[in-house]
Amino acid sequence: MNAFKLQKGALMLDNPSGKGNPQPVLRISNLSKIYMMGEVRVDALKHVSLDFYSGELAVLLGASGSGKSTLINIIGGLDLPSSGNLFFHGREITAATEAELTLYRRRSIGFVFQFYNLISSLSALENVQLVTEIAENPMPAEEALNLVGLSHRLNHFPAQLSGGEQQRVAIARAVAKRPELLLCDEPTGALDFQTGKLVLDVIEKVNRELGTTTLIITHNASIAGMADRVVRLRSGEVSEDRRNPTRLSPSELVW
Amino acid sequence: MKPLQRKLLRELLRLKGQMLAVAAVVACGISVFVSMSNVQYSLEASRARYYSRFRFADVFMQVKRAPEFYLESVSRIPGVASVNSRIVADVTLDVPGLDEPATGRLVSIPEYRTPVLNDLFIKSGRYIEPGKPEEVVVSKPFLEANKLTPGDRISAVINGRKKDLLIVGMGLSPEYIYEVQPGAFFPDKRRFGIIWMSRRALESAFDMSGAFNDLSLTLAHGVSEKDVIMQLDNLFSRYGSLGAYGRSEQLSDRFIADEIKQVGIQITFLPAVFLAVAVFLLNIVLRRLVATQRDQIAVLKAVGYSNEDVGLHYLGFAMIPTAVGSVVGTLLGAWLGKGLMNMYADFYNFAELVYTFRFENVALSVLLSFAAAFFGALGAVRKAVILPPAEAMRPDSPVLYKPGFLDSEAFRKKMPVSVRIIVRNLERRPWKAALSVLMISLAVAILIAGRYTYDSLDRMVQVEFTEKHREDVTLIFNDPKPPSVSYNLASLSGVLELEYYREEPVVMRFGHRFRRQSIKGMQSARGLQRLVDKNGHHFDLPSDGIMLTSALATILGVKPGDKLQIEFLQGRQLHRELLVSGTIDEFLGLSAYMNLNQLNHLAGDGGVVNAAYLRIDKSKAGELYTTFKKMPGVAGIMMLKALQESFEDLISKSMTTSTLILTSFACVLAFAVVYNGARISLSERARELSSLRVLGMSQSEISFILLGEQALLTLCAIPVGFMIGIALCALLARALSSELYRLPLVFSAFNFLFAIAVILIVSAVSGLVIKKRLAGLDLVEVLKTRE
Repeated sequence: MNAFKLQKGALMLDNPSGKGNPQPVLRISNLSKIYMMGEVRVDALKHVSLDFYSGELAVLLGASGSGKSTLINIIGGLDLPSSGNLFFHGREITAATEAELTLYRRRSIGFVFQFYNLISSLSALENVQLVTEIAENPMPAEEALNLVGLSHRLNHFPAQLSGGEQQRVAIARAVAKRPELLLCDEPTGALDFQTGKLVLDVIEKVNRELGTTTLIITHNASIAGMADRVVRLRSGEVSEDRRNPTRLSPSELVW
Repeated sequence: MKPLQRKLLRELLRLKGQMLAVAAVVACGISVFVSMSNVQYSLEASRARYYSRFRFADVFMQVKRAPEFYLESVSRIPGVASVNSRIVADVTLDVPGLDEPATGRLVSIPEYRTPVLNDLFIKSGRYIEPGKPEEVVVSKPFLEANKLTPGDRISAVINGRKKDLLIVGMGLSPEYIYEVQPGAFFPDKRRFGIIWMSRRALESAFDMSGAFNDLSLTLAHGVSEKDVIMQLDNLFSRYGSLGAYGRSEQLSDRFIADEIKQVGIQITFLPAVFLAVAVFLLNIVLRRLVATQRDQIAVLKAVGYSNEDVGLHYLGFAMIPTAVGSVVGTLLGAWLGKGLMNMYADFYNFAELVYTFRFENVALSVLLSFAAAFFGALGAVRKAVILPPAEAMRPDSPVLYKPGFLDSEAFRKKMPVSVRIIVRNLERRPWKAALSVLMISLAVAILIAGRYTYDSLDRMVQVEFTEKHREDVTLIFNDPKPPSVSYNLASLSGVLELEYYREEPVVMRFGHRFRRQSIKGMQSARGLQRLVDKNGHHFDLPSDGIMLTSALATILGVKPGDKLQIEFLQGRQLHRELLVSGTIDEFLGLSAYMNLNQLNHLAGDGGVVNAAYLRIDKSKAGELYTTFKKMPGVAGIMMLKALQESFEDLISKSMTTSTLILTSFACVLAFAVVYNGARISLSERARELSSLRVLGMSQSEISFILLGEQALLTLCAIPVGFMIGIALCALLARALSSELYRLPLVFSAFNFLFAIAVILIVSAVSGLVIKKRLAGLDLVEVLKTRE
């Protein structure tokens, strides 16, 4: 059960820039996913292989239906592939039991969704506490909300917050547990340009200050500028995997 | 408090209408269970305590007259623990303030000490004093009904002489918890009472010194009652014994035993219905909740909550309203039980009727409710647990609509869109619709059952008091008399019609089965008393042979055409064989009828009569009553109209309460089902209905679509409810039937109309509540949010 925790030490040796001989945090090997939608067979992922390294900020680009959400769901332990393997610190996630997957999500993964998915009956603080309650070594919920600039909105309910604020609560909720992997699924998809940049700012800050390996999936190519690495998916296959020479600050992005 | 617990509480508050409905249904079920099981226990415990404290006998026997020294032989029968002999006689009473004559049962008690068996509880006043033969203790219901107290006097015609009696005490005895004149079935507190009087006074009045006519005894532990009874019968057969019998045949005990059994039936049936509805409601409410919270379930799982955490969270939605319902139901049940016990105190005369609140009963019912809640929530919770988080992220796939069998070209053309939406919606989920109909129909069924007892007792009264018995007065003689006695009676001014009959105690045998029973020899079945069955069909007296009530025939295992062995217990005690010529299905008791002449012939005596039915001229009733009050040789007088009135009064009192309770419970049930059904429909279709509003439909048009569906379900539920109700009543009638009485399966039109009215009103009210919510639908907001 403690397999995920034991390997945490290894993480510190890894090199965020990918120099030297680093061990990947995440190794994706020959991953495929097929599912049936009604009577239609969908090949969501076809033989995808990727490695992600500690502290990396990667953007997964792709149009709707390219398989990026499926990939992130599998990485996050929400879904299982049809074939192929996924290793987290060398441990095979694809062979994990349901209980191990739950622990994996609880300890190592932070999720940010397009539609925030806050619990409407809980306040901002309580939505974050939902996670700090069960995490092993969380930061205080107030600190997480402070990190995303919402220390003045602690007791507001989702319905009392703007979309950007809600997404920042969602980010606070995701990072409060100090996850090793932050998975953001279209974090700006439901937001306007200004607010979206604000949210990306927060994600970038978390990556920079906490060293959290961060995957952002988006269909918005402009966001790629803020990443260390850009992976493009098309029809379930990796069509491009490149490194940005320099990372732009989100405030410099334009779309 | 943990965030998930907060979520649970806040969302329960948001769903308060639906959750309260669930809690109310649970509360109804628990309150019935708690009140009825406590009442049952309290009745049983009070009876047991009463019997043991006042030394109620185990075996009873009446004889004509037996010498006192025979007691010695009785006490030598192995297994007999104690014996008590008495003199018991029924006499006519003249009660101050009562025009009609009343009947008193004189029971002897020792002067110097209290009775060894069947002791008295002196409620007020005192026990009789030695050497004062006029002092009596009188039963409490009789005194209270006639507004008499210790210190007052009544007079009795004892062995032909009028005697003034001084009431010194108000008493109760375990022998008369249900105080009813023999042969009457229903209590008439004003006209029948027990009078306990000095043994010495009764010995001299009835010329019974050194003799007795009533024997009671207790048995040692583990002794066979049957063996002792057999030996008693052998010992006393020549003293005019009518046969000894145990407690289970003692009239008062039998009524109470029946009552306790009936309460037991209600304990099982009503709570079961309520729990079934609670299961259904939790099922639909939670399924909907889980469906609307798919994304939240996904988030909880994504952030690391385990399946158990999520499952327990949603189970909470079932458990908390159940807990609330349990608390409310327990309190309500405790209160209802107390009220019911007070009602029982009116019917049954216990020295003390102690209401015992048993936590075992509460624990059991609460446990059952939680089990039911768990069962109800299971489907939805399971769905939440097994929902893969990735799938939960995506909205639920749209429901597949296919053309239903009503989607014919003609239907499409004729029906407006709104009706088509309603029909399709029902067609799409036929099981859910059928279950909704079933649940509403259960409420209808409870309404029907609630008024059924009313209707069946009404029919019983109609048949018994109007069709079967047409006499005004019954005079019961203390000894068999020659038929010539009728000339004296018929000559009284004011007697319009007279008919006499013979009541002859016998033992009937068929194969290995036998039964003590009296045969009624009648002059005709077309006169004052008629032979009428449960359905109102008239029967003729058999010209040859005997007619048995169906219940008696079943007990003996005989059918028409069989030959029955008859052993006369009195007179020459002849043994005869008699043809069973037919059976008649009656409401009350067990009876055997035959032609008087044939009975006289069989008995081998010159022919005697025991009682007379009289129809009297109302204008001369006063004079006649005065004559009856003084008439010697009369053991009892029954006034049919008075009996009927007292019975109807009793029924209306008790029935009003129970009908009220059942009606309110049925309302809660109907409201809970209809309201929840509509709320869930509203939640499922808010988007659809808003879209229709945006497209230009009016408020009332979308109300029609939503509420029309509920209305249609309710209308379908009415006939189904009638059928279930009738089946339920048939089961009830069967379960409640005993040797004492059998309920007929009859329903008045009013019963059905009442049920329809209640269901329609309840549905209309819940419709109005929903309509208000519909008016508050925020069109833009609803359309904006992701389903």
